[in-house]
Amino acid sequence: MENIKAIIEALVLVSEAPLALEKICAVLTEVEKVQVKDALDKLIAEYEERKSGICLQEVAGGYQFRTRAELSNWVKKLKGSKPASLSPASLETLAIVAYRQPIVKAEIESIRGVDVSAPLRGLLDKKLVRIVGRKDVPGKPIIYGTTRKFLEVFNLKDLSELPTLRELKELNQSQEIDENIPSQENIEDIPSS
Amino acid sequence: MNEEQTKDYAIKLDIFEGPLDLLLYLIKKNEIDIYNIPIALITEQYLHYLNMIKSLNLDLAGEYLVMASTLIHIKSKMLLPVPEEPSDEESEDDPRFELIKQLLEYQTFKEAAADLGKRPLLERDVFVRSAPMPAEIEKQDTEEEELIEVSIFELIEAFHHLVSRIDNKELLEIDLEKMSITDIINDVMERLTREKNLTFDELIGVKRSRRNVIYTFLAILELIKLKMIKAYQTSVFGVIRVFPAVE
Repeated sequence: MENIKAIIEALVLVSEAPLALEKICAVLTEVEKVQVKDALDKLIAEYEERKSGICLQEVAGGYQFRTRAELSNWVKKLKGSKPASLSPASLETLAIVAYRQPIVKAEIESIRGVDVSAPLRGLLDKKLVRIVGRKDVPGKPIIYGTTRKFLEVFNLKDLSELPTLRELKELNQSQEIDENIPSQENIEDIPSS
Repeated sequence: MNEEQTKDYAIKLDIFEGPLDLLLYLIKKNEIDIYNIPIALITEQYLHYLNMIKSLNLDLAGEYLVMASTLIHIKSKMLLPVPEEPSDEESEDDPRFELIKQLLEYQTFKEAAADLGKRPLLERDVFVRSAPMPAEIEKQDTEEEELIEVSIFELIEAFHHLVSRIDNKELLEIDLEKMSITDIINDVMERLTREKNLTFDELIGVKRSRRNVIYTFLAILELIKLKMIKAYQTSVFGVIRVFPAVE
């Protein structure tokens, strides 16, 4: 049993990208998937317990060794590099894509109330957002979604790990009311000039 | 509003992400209940901001003007007497409803964005073991430099750069030398296997004829297409280095 943990530890260490449970199982053919998962959980707990500088984390559908967030200053000192940070506009756009995907640009813009071409292009360049396809409506607008890299960068296991939206409940309530009064629905259509 | 306040606003202008953000700011500043916005007050302050942006000669995004007209429209609607039905407090006919909905939604995502930004971010808060450099690259003095895969556009850019350096007189010469892309491909591969890696400039060579340069460029494109070589650069506009793609 102890051996499994050691093997898994080695496998995760040599993997460049987060190592999927299935891949570990493909190596440890004689071991049940449940046992592998169990060993992984134990490993995670051990690293946690030891207050190690490294922790084993589940990100983007796999397992990866990462440094502890509290130690970032030391690592940055060693690396001497400053990471490109995301602007508020990019972060807002990214959040909307993440929660509302698959989504077209017009929908993002209606939520943000401004043009999102620039931040969206930046997110595509950074490979945090990708083109998922085209919506089957006139104009065939491009549909956007987040990438696996988004999960890796934001330390997320999968999309379901995104924190629930705070105001979601209230919004849903408002939408219900909204449906009851179609007369107020098209306030934006009223000529504004 | 006096001059001082005007200055105060000016500093804050660039922090707004759009008309909704500006409205949220005004709501927060006035400590207003978002479900019961005093439209007259907010409209007045909103328009005041717009004038400020204009007086500063800043580009006023069209979205801000659309919002201004929406606000004025809501304000005028609220001034009209509600026909018959006794005012049902926050009745469903509230002309502010759509705006409130929009504001709440925007606020939600603004918060969600802030939450995302607070997560332990890769390369900012948490780090992974650095990927090993291919052996060939390590030999070069490129340590600490991260290699980016080169796109076709950068290759073309580099090609233009080289061609522009070739003496124009070349154009008048008639080159009888027989060349085929296959020859050049072989030549390029030979040089690459010998040298392990070469920069784009080295590969093409400045002193060669225009025809040779073009052929070599086509050969490089062909080889990349065939996945026989790989091109990397250390930064945008950096030196492009070509490697044989042997595993």
